[in-house]
Amino acid sequence: MTYSDLPSKLTGIFAMPVPKAPDASRRSFLKITGGVGAGLVLGLAAPLPRLGATAAQAASGTLAPNPFLRVAPDNTVTVIIKHLDKGQGAATGLATLVAEELDADHAQIKTEFAPADPIKYKNFAFGVQGVGGSTGLANSYEQYRTAGATARAMLIAAAARTWNVKADDITVKAGVVSHSSGKSATFGELANTAAGESVPDKPTLKDPKDFVFIGKSFPRVDSPAKVNGTALYTIDHQFDGMLIATIARPPMFGAKVKSFDASEAESIKGVVKVMPVPQGIAILATNTWAAIKAQRAIKVEWEKSGAETRGSADLVAEYKALLDTPGAKAREDGNLDDAFKTAVKVVEADFEFPYLAHAPMEPMDCVVRYDGASADIWTGSQLQTLDHATACKVLGLKPEAINLHTVWAGGSFGRRAIADSHYVREACDIAKAYGKPAPIKVIWTREDDIKGGWYRPLYVHRIKAGLDKDGNIVAWLHRIVGQSIGAGTPFEAMMVKDGVDSSSVEGASNLPYAIANIRVDLHTTKGGVPVLWWRSVGSTHTAHATEHMIDILAKEGGKDPVAFRLAMLKDKPRHAGALKLAAEKAGWGKPLEPGKFRGVAVHESFASFVANVAEVSLRDDGSVKVERVVCAIDCGLAVNPDVVAAQMEGGIGYGLGAGLKGAITLAGGEVEQANFDGYDVLRMSEMPHVEVHIVPSAAPPTGVGEPGTPVVTPAVANALLSGTGVRTTVLPMNKQKYKTQS
Amino acid sequence: MAFTATINGKKNSIDVDPETPLLWVLRDELKLTGTKFGCGAALCGACTVHLDGEAVRSCQIQARDVEGRDVTTIEGFTADASTTPVAKAVQAAWIKLDVAQCGYCQPGQIMSAVGLLTQIPKPTDDDIDKAMDGNVCRCATYHRIRAAIHEAAKAI
Amino acid sequence: MGRHRNFLTVLPFAIAAVVIGIGVIASAQAPLDRNLLIADANAADEKIAPAKASQLFSPVAAVLRHPRCMNCHPRDDRPRQGDDRHPHLQNIVRGDDNLGFVNGRCTACHRDENSQHSGVPGAPTWHLAPLSMGWQGLGDAELCSTLIDKEKNGGKDIAALVEHMAKDPLVLWGWTPGGDRTPVSTPHPQFVKELTAWADAGAPCPTAAK
Repeated sequence: MTYSDLPSKLTGIFAMPVPKAPDASRRSFLKITGGVGAGLVLGLAAPLPRLGATAAQAASGTLAPNPFLRVAPDNTVTVIIKHLDKGQGAATGLATLVAEELDADHAQIKTEFAPADPIKYKNFAFGVQGVGGSTGLANSYEQYRTAGATARAMLIAAAARTWNVKADDITVKAGVVSHSSGKSATFGELANTAAGESVPDKPTLKDPKDFVFIGKSFPRVDSPAKVNGTALYTIDHQFDGMLIATIARPPMFGAKVKSFDASEAESIKGVVKVMPVPQGIAILATNTWAAIKAQRAIKVEWEKSGAETRGSADLVAEYKALLDTPGAKAREDGNLDDAFKTAVKVVEADFEFPYLAHAPMEPMDCVVRYDGASADIWTGSQLQTLDHATACKVLGLKPEAINLHTVWAGGSFGRRAIADSHYVREACDIAKAYGKPAPIKVIWTREDDIKGGWYRPLYVHRIKAGLDKDGNIVAWLHRIVGQSIGAGTPFEAMMVKDGVDSSSVEGASNLPYAIANIRVDLHTTKGGVPVLWWRSVGSTHTAHATEHMIDILAKEGGKDPVAFRLAMLKDKPRHAGALKLAAEKAGWGKPLEPGKFRGVAVHESFASFVANVAEVSLRDDGSVKVERVVCAIDCGLAVNPDVVAAQMEGGIGYGLGAGLKGAITLAGGEVEQANFDGYDVLRMSEMPHVEVHIVPSAAPPTGVGEPGTPVVTPAVANALLSGTGVRTTVLPMNKQKYKTQS
Repeated sequence: MAFTATINGKKNSIDVDPETPLLWVLRDELKLTGTKFGCGAALCGACTVHLDGEAVRSCQIQARDVEGRDVTTIEGFTADASTTPVAKAVQAAWIKLDVAQCGYCQPGQIMSAVGLLTQIPKPTDDDIDKAMDGNVCRCATYHRIRAAIHEAAKAI
Repeated sequence: MGRHRNFLTVLPFAIAAVVIGIGVIASAQAPLDRNLLIADANAADEKIAPAKASQLFSPVAAVLRHPRCMNCHPRDDRPRQGDDRHPHLQNIVRGDDNLGFVNGRCTACHRDENSQHSGVPGAPTWHLAPLSMGWQGLGDAELCSTLIDKEKNGGKDIAALVEHMAKDPLVLWGWTPGGDRTPVSTPHPQFVKELTAWADAGAPCPTAAK
C-alpha cells in the first residue's frame, strides 16, 4: 500500500481528505496558524526521513537508521511513537508494525513518545504532527513497517558481513538472526555493526501471508505500567521546586475579570503567588491542595457584559425556529419537491442533542519549565505541532528552544486536540508571568473540566421523509442546526466549504441508502459556548438521527429493519457486510425472552463501517437497561484485532453513557453541572455485554478509535421503538420513561 | 502538624495541614503518584486506596484520619513487602486481558477489585455491579474489568 | 485505632442510637414525663380521639418525610440522594450491616462531618436505617406504627425514640446538611416540641385511612 492508496474518505477530526500533496497542505496550514517561522518548513522529501550516518550511530553501538526506532546493544528495540496514546492503543499499534517487519520478539519492544517535529513525525492525514479522526494507524501503516524493514535489512547485512555468508541465507525470527550454518545472533549483538551498514532505499515489506503479529495478536505495550501505577501522566510529573497552578476561571463563557480579592487565598499556607492571567486569576502554590483551596477562596468580580447569557432551552427554541427555513446545502440529489408530491405518506421527526463534555479521567493539565531562554513542556499533547507552535509564540522562543515531551494521557476523546492549544497556552502564560524558573504544573479540577466548555455542540435536527405505496423511501429532507466546530479556528479553511462545516453534517450528507431524492442542509449558529470534536464528531448526532429515522420509517412501512436497510444498500457492500454480520451473530429474527427488545443500526465514520444490534430491557422505574450489544466492524485489515475489539467495547460504552444520560445544560449562560454527580457517566452496572466481530478484509486499515461510539444509541432507540413504540428523538434517553407496549 | 501512618508496610511521619486529603498527601508528599485525582468529590474512584484493608476514596479521607492506621496504595501491590496473592492475581488478569486503555482509572479499579476479591473470592456479576460501580472508567473498559475479575477469581 | 475504625465495627442503627440515648432524656424546650414516655401506645390510643392523634403526629410525620430523613429510611436496599430522592449514585446498596456493600461502605466517602471542600455530607455513625425502619411511601398511620414498634425500631421505647430524634448527631445533620442540600424545614427546637407533645400524649398513632 502506498500513501495515495489510503481511503480518500478519511474525513478525520479535521474533516479533510488525505492531502494529495502533503507539502502544499503543510505550508498552507502553517500559514493559517500564523506559523512559527520558517524553522519548521524545512524541505521534506520522502515519507520516511532518515537520520544521517552520524546520527544513526549517535548512541554508542545503537542502530537508529530512521526516526522511528532504535536497536540497542542491550537487545531492546525502542519504537518512537509519533502520536499521543490516550488509550486508543497508538503505541501498541505502531510498535506492532515495527515488530512485524523487524521480526522482533514482543518482549524486547519498548516505546517512547516522539519529540515535537512536524517534519519527521507528521501525520500524513493532516500534514502536521498530531492525531485524531482515527488516523493514527492508517497514516503510519507503511511508514512504520518500512522503518522496521529497514532495520531488519541492516541487521541481516551486518550478520552477513560478520559471518561472511550470503544475506539470502539468513533468516530472522522472534528477535534472533540465524544462518543455515547454525550461526545466530541477537539484534543487540549485531546493532553496532548494523549501524555501519548502508541504509536501504526501498526495503522489501513482508507479504501479508507471512505476518506473525499483524492481524493476529500483539499484547499492549502499556499494560504492565498501567496496572502497577508507574505509567506517568502529565499530572504525575514532579520536579524539585515545582509549583502547582490552578486558575479561577470565569463562571460564564466570555466573562472577564473585573476585580479580585486574593487576601484569603494568599493567607493559605503554601500559596506563593496570585496573579491575573488572560484565562482568569492564577494561583501558584507549593502543593496541590493549597492550590485547589486557594482557587476556591479567591473572590472575583466578573465582567459579564460580553458573556453568553442564553440557556439551553433558549438555544433549542432558537434552533427549532430555523428548522422551517432552508439552510446551506450539503447535499442535493434528485428533486425533493416533486418526490414529496408523489409520496403517499410523509413522516417527520425533530431531534434534540445536548452539549456534551468529554470528561476524560485525567482533567486537563500541563507542566512547563521555562528559564527565559528555553523551555520544556510535558503534557498529553494530541496536536504536537499546534501545541509546540503556541508555546513558541507565547514564550517568544524558537522551536529548537522548546522541548515538547508528549506523555501518556488519561483519555482525551477529542478534548486534548484543541485548535487554540489553550491548556498549553495558559501554562506558558503563567510561566512567563511568574518570571522565575520554577517548574509549574497547571491542573484543572473536575469542576473546571465540566464547566470549562469545548463541548460537543448542541444540535437540533429535522428529518422529513416520504414513502411510496410500497413503503420505500422516495424523499429525504434532513436539516441540521448547530454551531460549527471549525469556524474561527485554523482548520476553518479545511473544514468549512460554502457555508457548510463538514463536521456538522458528516454521517448525514453521506447517507448511504439508495434514495433518489435527498436534500441535506445546515444552519450554522453562532454562540459563546466553545465547542469541539467529541469522539466520532458529527456522527455523534447524525448517526442517531438518520438511523433512528430509518427504523421509524421501516415501522411506518411495516418492514423489517435489517431487510429494509439491505434493500437500500445494494451498492454499499461494506455497510451491508457489517450489517449482515451483526444481524447474523445477534440472531436477528429469532425470538427474545419476554421483556427484551432488539434494535439495529449501521453507520460509517472515519472510513470504517460499524453495525450494532442492541438487546434492551426496561427497569421497574421505566429506565433503559442495555443487556447486550453485538457489534460488527469493517475497518479494513485489523492490524491488532484485540485492540479493535477494545475500541469497539469502549466506544460503545462511551456512546451509550452519553445516549442514556449525558447532558451539559446551561441556564442563563451558566453551566448547571460541575462534577460526575450532575454529569453522570456510564458505570459498571450499566455496561452491556459486548461482542465484537470483525469483517475479514485485506483493504487498507482504517480507524477504530471513534467509529464504535455513534452506533449504539440509535440501535438502543430502535430497540425501544420496537418494544415500546416510543420514538427517542430527544437525548439523553433518561429524559423520558418507557413502558412496554401491551 | 505531624501524623504517623503505615503506608505500604512502612511507617511514615507526615507533616501537613491536618485537613489535607490523603490523596494529596500520597501524591505530593510521598510521591506515590499511582493514586490518581479524578473528581475530588468521591464520585469517580480514581483515588481509591485501602485504609485498614478496606477500599476508601483518598480524596475524602483527611490526613488526621489516618493517624496510626494502615494505608495501601497501588504501589503497595508492586512492593513484595505488602502485596497479596489477590493483588497479584488481579494484576496478572488485567495484563492477560489487556484491560487498560488510557489506564488512568486502573489503579483505582484494581484497588477496588482487590477489595472485592479479598472479601468475596468468587463474586457474581451482581456483586461486581455493586462493588465496582464507584469506579468510573471513561474509556469504558468495564467489560474487560468484569472479565478480569472473574479471571482473577479463578486463579485465587 | 482511630474513630473510623470504630465506625466499621459499630452495630447497626438502632443499637448505636440506643447507646447514645443512655443518659438524661430531656429536651431543652419541653422536659419529658418519663411515665408518659413509657406508656403503652395502644392504651394511649384509647384515651385520645383519632382526630387529635392525627394532629399530634402529623407535624412529626412531615419532618420524617423530609428528604434529609427519608433518603436514609428506604424500604429497599438503595439509599437515596437529593431532594428528588434519586437512588444513590454508584449503585450504593445497604450491605449486611446497613453500612454498605464491599467497596461501597459509607465510611469510604462519608466522614463524621460535612466536607467543606467536596460537598460530601458527613455525620457520626453515617449509615442506612435498617430495612425494618423503611418509611418510604408509608401513610401517617403506618409510619407512626412502624416508628413505635419495638420489633422494628431496634427495641426503642418512646423515650429512646425521642432521644434519638432530639440528640442523635446523625439525625441532627438533617438540619445542617451542608452544601446546597435543603435542611429540614421545621426548625429543630420546634420539631422537638412537637415530638414531645406527641410523646407526652402517649405517642398516639392516627388510624389508617379507610
